[in-house]
Amino acid sequence: MFDQFDYQVVIDSIPFLWEGMQLTFLLTFLAITGGLFLGVLLALARLSHIKVLSFVAGSYVNFFRSMPLILVIFWFYFLVPFILGRPVGGFYSVLVAFTLFEAAYYCEIMRAGIQSVRQGQLQAGQAIGLSYKQNMQYVVLPQAFRNMMPILLTQAVILFQDTSLVYVVGLHDFLVNAEIVATRENRLIEMFSTVAAVYFILCLSFSLSIRKLQRKFSV
Amino acid sequence: MNYNWNWGILITDPYFGWIISGLGWTLAVASCAWVIAFSLGSVIGIMRTVKHPLISTIGAAYVEVFRNIPLLVQMFLWYFIFPELLPEEAGNWVKRGMPLPEFWTAVVCLGTYTASRVAEQVRAGINAIGIGQRQAARAIGLSPSQVYQYVLLPVGYRTIIPPMTSEFLGIFKNSSLALTIGVLELTAQTRQIEEYTFQGFEAFTTATVLYIVVTFIVMAVMRVVESKVRIPGVISLGAK
Repeated sequence: MFDQFDYQVVIDSIPFLWEGMQLTFLLTFLAITGGLFLGVLLALARLSHIKVLSFVAGSYVNFFRSMPLILVIFWFYFLVPFILGRPVGGFYSVLVAFTLFEAAYYCEIMRAGIQSVRQGQLQAGQAIGLSYKQNMQYVVLPQAFRNMMPILLTQAVILFQDTSLVYVVGLHDFLVNAEIVATRENRLIEMFSTVAAVYFILCLSFSLSIRKLQRKFSV
Repeated sequence: MNYNWNWGILITDPYFGWIISGLGWTLAVASCAWVIAFSLGSVIGIMRTVKHPLISTIGAAYVEVFRNIPLLVQMFLWYFIFPELLPEEAGNWVKRGMPLPEFWTAVVCLGTYTASRVAEQVRAGINAIGIGQRQAARAIGLSPSQVYQYVLLPVGYRTIIPPMTSEFLGIFKNSSLALTIGVLELTAQTRQIEEYTFQGFEAFTTATVLYIVVTFIVMAVMRVVESKVRIPGVISLGAK
């Protein structure tokens, strides 16, 4: 049954697919950067002793975590041009959506990482006379960082996969470009199996290296 | 910022009906997919804990394949490719003969995908039980399958209730991906309302509120379940 397949169409469309993949990579990279930055602030707010701050951060996290990503994408696709009062193109709307959405998940990972450091460590730090800042800097955060690194990286793989959801607003990422070729050339099987294989190889190799890293870095 | 608020639009015909039917489809997709995810995920998860290289490798391979391909791509594979790979008659039945093809495709896709995640939780739950219990069960003469049936699974499932709740909420949220193959679930319906009426705020707020309400209900129910089945004297793993 495989002799009717024609993978030449895949080879011919490599430049077009690569264009899409670049958008996928760019979106992933920018959303990780923005999400980490915002996520750190949220995690600090969430662990803060100021009740209002931790409440606001907690509500933010719960709010975004109970919504499907597609709905968040629709929200900001509608909201961003509306707030700015002019059309800005789908990319920026989607980038805002991914950044704000990921920040909620990064916040939780970092909070769990900081809390995973045992209380005794903090107390020992205090006992030898470290200030709060020193204690965080030299005792808590280095350990927390090692604990959460693999999970942060795994979240990056999930984000990389999730960027395919820009399909719902028609941005030309890797999947959408493949789909355009697939319908134009009527080569659905060839194109979609290629897309699945490419995602699988990329994500699996990254996941495997995370696991290697995890064994090396674990406290 | 000129915006004509019109919350009344939500309860006018036909939009109110769209929202209700959207919520219904979302819940239907999520619940049916959960049946597959839970049963298949349990089997795969148990396979991964069995001391037989072939069986545990099959379990591991399943998890890697389903976790490393984006869910949306999997949705397209099930919808466009899977019927083509079947023998012609079966393929035609899946495409045209079967009732509600989009719905069942979404259910199978979400179910098999979430099964890979459930499997990891089940495996973690079983592995969290000390080796001592396994040995003790063997020592009193239980067969390997009895060890699972009477010792490992009853304890393991109880400890993974919180992460399993998250997985259910995950399937509930991921059911929105069904809209890409044409299931008019909650997100799709509110998007449609936005397109018809330009009342984006009202439409998307409705969807947001409904998702949050269902999430809260599920969490509240599961908290009750968890406290009801808790083994006295055991601290649950529930740090999620």
